[in-house]
Amino acid sequence: MKAYVPVLLLIVFVIANAVMIIGLSHLLTRRRPTPEKQTPYESGVPPLGDARERFSIKFSMVAMLFIIFDIETVFMIPWGVAYRELSCGVPLVHGGCPTGQLSFFGLSEMLVFIGILFAGYVYVWKKGALQWD
Amino acid sequence: MLLLQSALVQSALVQAALGALPAARPTWNLALPGQLLGALGPDLLLAGGAVLLLLVAVARPESDRHQRAVGWASLGLVGLTIVAVVAYASRGALATEGPIAVDTFRWAVDIVVLIGTGCTIALSMESNPLDGILTAESHVLVLFSAAGMLLLAAARDLILVFLGIELMSVAVYILSGLDRRSERSAEAALKYFLLGAFSTGFLLYGIALVYGATGSTNLATIGEHVARYSLMYNPMLVAGVALLLIGFSFKVAAVPFHMWAPDVYEGAPTPITAFMAAAVKVAAFAAFLRIWLDAFPTVAYQWHNAIWLLAVLTMLVGNVVALRQRNLKRMLAYSSIAHAGYLLVTVVVANSLGASAFLFYLVAYTLATMGAFAVVIALGEPGERNQEIADYAGLWTVEPWLAAAMAVFMMALLGFPIAGGMGFFAKWYVIDAAIHAPHPQTVLAVILVLASVISCGYYLGVVLTMFMKPRPANAPAVRPVPTGTFLVIYLSAFTLLLFGVLPNGFVQLAHDSVPISMVGAPARAPVASAASR
Amino acid sequence: MLAESIALSALLFVIGVVGVLTRRNAIIVFMCVELMLNAVNLTFIAFGRVYGYGAQAIVIFVMTVAAAEAAVGLAIVIAIFRHRQTVDLDSINLLKG
Repeated sequence: MKAYVPVLLLIVFVIANAVMIIGLSHLLTRRRPTPEKQTPYESGVPPLGDARERFSIKFSMVAMLFIIFDIETVFMIPWGVAYRELSCGVPLVHGGCPTGQLSFFGLSEMLVFIGILFAGYVYVWKKGALQWD
Repeated sequence: MLLLQSALVQSALVQAALGALPAARPTWNLALPGQLLGALGPDLLLAGGAVLLLLVAVARPESDRHQRAVGWASLGLVGLTIVAVVAYASRGALATEGPIAVDTFRWAVDIVVLIGTGCTIALSMESNPLDGILTAESHVLVLFSAAGMLLLAAARDLILVFLGIELMSVAVYILSGLDRRSERSAEAALKYFLLGAFSTGFLLYGIALVYGATGSTNLATIGEHVARYSLMYNPMLVAGVALLLIGFSFKVAAVPFHMWAPDVYEGAPTPITAFMAAAVKVAAFAAFLRIWLDAFPTVAYQWHNAIWLLAVLTMLVGNVVALRQRNLKRMLAYSSIAHAGYLLVTVVVANSLGASAFLFYLVAYTLATMGAFAVVIALGEPGERNQEIADYAGLWTVEPWLAAAMAVFMMALLGFPIAGGMGFFAKWYVIDAAIHAPHPQTVLAVILVLASVISCGYYLGVVLTMFMKPRPANAPAVRPVPTGTFLVIYLSAFTLLLFGVLPNGFVQLAHDSVPISMVGAPARAPVASAASR
Repeated sequence: MLAESIALSALLFVIGVVGVLTRRNAIIVFMCVELMLNAVNLTFIAFGRVYGYGAQAIVIFVMTVAAAEAAVGLAIVIAIFRHRQTVDLDSINLLKG
């Protein structure tokens, strides 16, 4: 349980800090609302329309494609980490591959993986899902 | 179908020859990447071919002609895969450990699944255009789903089981919503998707807990660790097995986890319904049985009552509710729930006898289900009409052959002797396995017979309607049955009848196909003695 | 440490299950399913500390599957929305069980 003490301290500090900032500004400032001040803050740009705007359904298509292709790249990281082992026909010796034991297994695995991904990409493209209009 | 027969016979001959030889069978060493890929040959062939066909499907705009071309190509790929499976099976090579199984059980399930897939593609190729579905990808999705099923049949690792189930299910979620103009189809897809994803959660959590309790996802290792460290009553393992059981019960639509099935089966396009009722169920059951026998033989006794109850409920509820249905598609949905109950009986038995009864049942069930749905498709009107049982009145007078084939399917599903062909023997062997189990399941066998008697009510009802009732004057004319549908109907009926007359060879095959890795000592002994002879 | 992680993930899983059973909006139901999957991921990671990194590889597979399910699920939800202009599960009842 001792390990959690810093976390607990952090939580207490964060809450205290937030309460302090809001509380102090309540106590110290005088309220003089103007229309300018009442508008939502959009990084200094005058706000455009309602926040609860309906988005075009096309965005969902883009989002779906993004999810799919995004998650595929996740596989490349463990592949990269394990690449040394994968490209050697026998177990590594001192972190290196004995001479003459190099294999294309790791590389060809990833090529197949990317090939399938590419087939999906071609499909999406031909289907017109990447076209905005 | 003929191909299958010769294949099965051939593999039996080769197996017999191998059994007579003292030399050990060739084995795969799955620790080597090359051999692992080799052992996955048919699966990779199907999956790779499906990816290529996906590109072919999208190469041209949607049209009926293109859709049919892709459909035929898909059928060709399925045929090639069957040939590959048969070639692998006849080599008789085995793998005793590793993430995938190379045994005859896998090949047998593969062939059943591929037959179901082929029938589905043949049916949807001809019925989709009637409902205005011209997407060529639908056939490719069926192939992807089949690739998942092959993986399920091969998986000997819980993670592969999970991936196989997902590959299979995700494709079927899309397929059930294939008819984009139909509100019912969209609704079926949503229901199937939400409940499917929900059950996946259970399944996965079960896998995680089993992994936590045993430290492995490999079925053999799990079984070993459970036995060695006596984990049978480890709370984490118990919870994991319970969650796995719930997840699989959802997937195979066992009562009380069946609520989704009738709605989804009714709303989905009919060929896809046939696919779900036959192939999807077969593959999920095969994986379930393998997990049960491979990883949890020591736990099975403890779970006996739970599965027993599941089987009884599924048989009774499925049949009783099916009695009330007026829509044939919905009736077949409930009947497929009842058949899940019969198959669960073999899981209760949980030995090699049960497994061989299971395989025999799968073949008969797949053929009869596919055939019955094919008749529904042949007589259905666009927009999923003309599917009420009353619409079949007097079919005998206008389409005697179609009526006769439908009668065979109904009798086979019922398990009627002679007219039901293989269906009778399928049920017979399940009962036989139940009675001759180490702990005889006499009560279960009695309930099975009782449930079958209940099912007479609706199966024979269809037959009586077709043969005894007069054809209404305003009944729509029956369209000529297109080639693919024709072949599915009559080849299924023919095979059912043929093996109903000559079941012996087939039974021997089913018996030989029981995996050696499954079930400890009792199954291993006869195989070993056969090899040493 | 292991016990706490597993308890937390079990809690998340139960929240997900309860959400699926009680909420009526298809999207929220689906989010609850995703919560269940992520709870399982947490379980795997926790066990990974005991049994080695294999468990982390499993998590990547689960994430992939979850993404594929999300894509298909959202597409299906959109399809039903086009028909009914709602994603409320109580009003989606053309087919009756």
